[in-house]
Amino acid sequence: MVNASKISAIRLPFCGHVYRPLTIFVYEPQTSDTSDWAQPLIHFENVGLRYGMGPEILRDLTFDIPKSSFQFLTGPSGAGKTTLLRLLFMSLQPTRGIIQSFGRDITRIPRSELPMLRRRVGIVFQDFRLLDHLTTYENVALPLRVRGKEEGSYRRDVIELLKWVGLGERINVLPAVLSGGEKQRVAIARALIDRPEILLADEPTGNVDPPMARRLLSLFLELNRLGTAVVIATHDLALMDQVDARRMILTDGRLDIYE
Amino acid sequence: MSETGTNTPQQPDKAQKRRVEMTVRPTGPILPPSNIQGNALMVVIAIMAFLACLTLGAVSMVRATAAGWQSQISREVTIQIKPEDGLDMGAALVKARDLALTFVGTRDGRIMDDDATARLLEPWLGTGLNLEDLPVPRLIVITIDESNPPDFASMRDLLKVEVPQAFLDDHRTWVDRLVQMARTTVLIGSGVLILVFTAMVLTVVFATRGALSGNRHIIEVLHFVGAESTFVAQEFQKHFLKISLKGAAAGGLLAAGLFAAANFWQTRSMATPESDQATALFGTFTIGWTGYLGIFATMIVIALLTTITARLTVMRTIYEIDLIRSDPARTDGLMDD
Repeated sequence: MVNASKISAIRLPFCGHVYRPLTIFVYEPQTSDTSDWAQPLIHFENVGLRYGMGPEILRDLTFDIPKSSFQFLTGPSGAGKTTLLRLLFMSLQPTRGIIQSFGRDITRIPRSELPMLRRRVGIVFQDFRLLDHLTTYENVALPLRVRGKEEGSYRRDVIELLKWVGLGERINVLPAVLSGGEKQRVAIARALIDRPEILLADEPTGNVDPPMARRLLSLFLELNRLGTAVVIATHDLALMDQVDARRMILTDGRLDIYE
Repeated sequence: MSETGTNTPQQPDKAQKRRVEMTVRPTGPILPPSNIQGNALMVVIAIMAFLACLTLGAVSMVRATAAGWQSQISREVTIQIKPEDGLDMGAALVKARDLALTFVGTRDGRIMDDDATARLLEPWLGTGLNLEDLPVPRLIVITIDESNPPDFASMRDLLKVEVPQAFLDDHRTWVDRLVQMARTTVLIGSGVLILVFTAMVLTVVFATRGALSGNRHIIEVLHFVGAESTFVAQEFQKHFLKISLKGAAAGGLLAAGLFAAANFWQTRSMATPESDQATALFGTFTIGWTGYLGIFATMIVIALLTTITARLTVMRTIYEIDLIRSDPARTDGLMDD
């Protein structure tokens, strides 16, 4: 078992190549506020959520996502993992309680400011959500493109990141011809390309075989070593057993945390 | 993070090969350049633009034809002199013409001679007519300046005094009726035009929204990777502007070409029975530069309409995504745990 907080250097073998560890200069998270490192990235306090007049899906959640932390979010199907991820991603508001993202109460953030905050969060959807008409390279570069950056300024970074996730030879390929694992890595690379402060991944190993799941886990650990907080929602106990990391277990809408 | 750092100098061909492999294609547009919805929308826009331009041209043609009729009739007035015992018809005709020509606004006076009068009566009385034997009124045709017509009331009064048998007909009754008819025709045409334009607007709006619904996943992905609403809206605007310009240009140019071709055929086949019949039925197929300008304006309106619809729909979609965020009761599109 690997201790997520004590990893010194991990080399990621993909496609028969051994890539150099990425330099912190390139993939260091873009933290805008460096004055208060003790402040968590996201803070939940007595958060509850219900859909319409139905029962509460999530109840009394109180926890922090500290900077550079690594945690698994697990629980049975229907426990509310994806809903919790949506709350973390600011695509839902709680019915009660307080959620503070990057020090701001999310219920008070104007709509126009949400895109700027979302740029600090990388998200990997369970169904990848790749654009089918764009190549691997273009899908990964999309977040930078929507930020108005010139292609010349990010081309090398995108190619390097694709090599890092083992897709260096697939940059001009459309998603339709990629395998499930490759699509997953494209989705991960897209979430990482702008060096988010926190990465949310919804069942990132759900569509891949065990060896590929281990590779992806190594990828997340390397990313965490470089300073990004990681939240992985998963059912995969075998995957969780490989890393000595914080576990957040959702059961019937309640959260138990095992440090 | 250059890859060259890992390559040794003794492997130049390998490094070259890798550089070739790393070439990426020119960055494609964020929206797929063509898909089924986009092509269908382009065809719908082309058809609606064609129909709208055709109606616009037809109304323009009717208006021009009606104005031509009105102008032709109001360009002349006639003085009719009824025969009377003891009246020197020749002298009365000359006197009436001269009196009429003294008014400002008259240009020319022409007494219809015996032959011309006989030709006018030929359909009713047959040929070989001797006008001396019949009490037939005689006519004087006075050409007037349309822009500065004479004072018909004064002319009528003067003629009544000087030549009591003379009767001035300024065709006012005919002109009024014709103007009324022309206005009605143009009004009907304008009504049809409004209906066609309304249908076009609704069709374009719904077709654009339909085409956009197939791209909702793109809006969502852009939104979730941190794109601002204005960026997403601009991308869609650009995309739909291209589609609508192509469709509207195709429809508009087809309609303009049709009018130009009909006009060319009419000019080439002038004085043939077919052309005369077409002219009698439809008038001349000339829509003038204002007609072509109208067709161009229609194309621009359609393009703008599609673009604005695309923008509003995208903004609304993003608003709905944010609405779901602030209202957990709405779970549209949420994934299950």
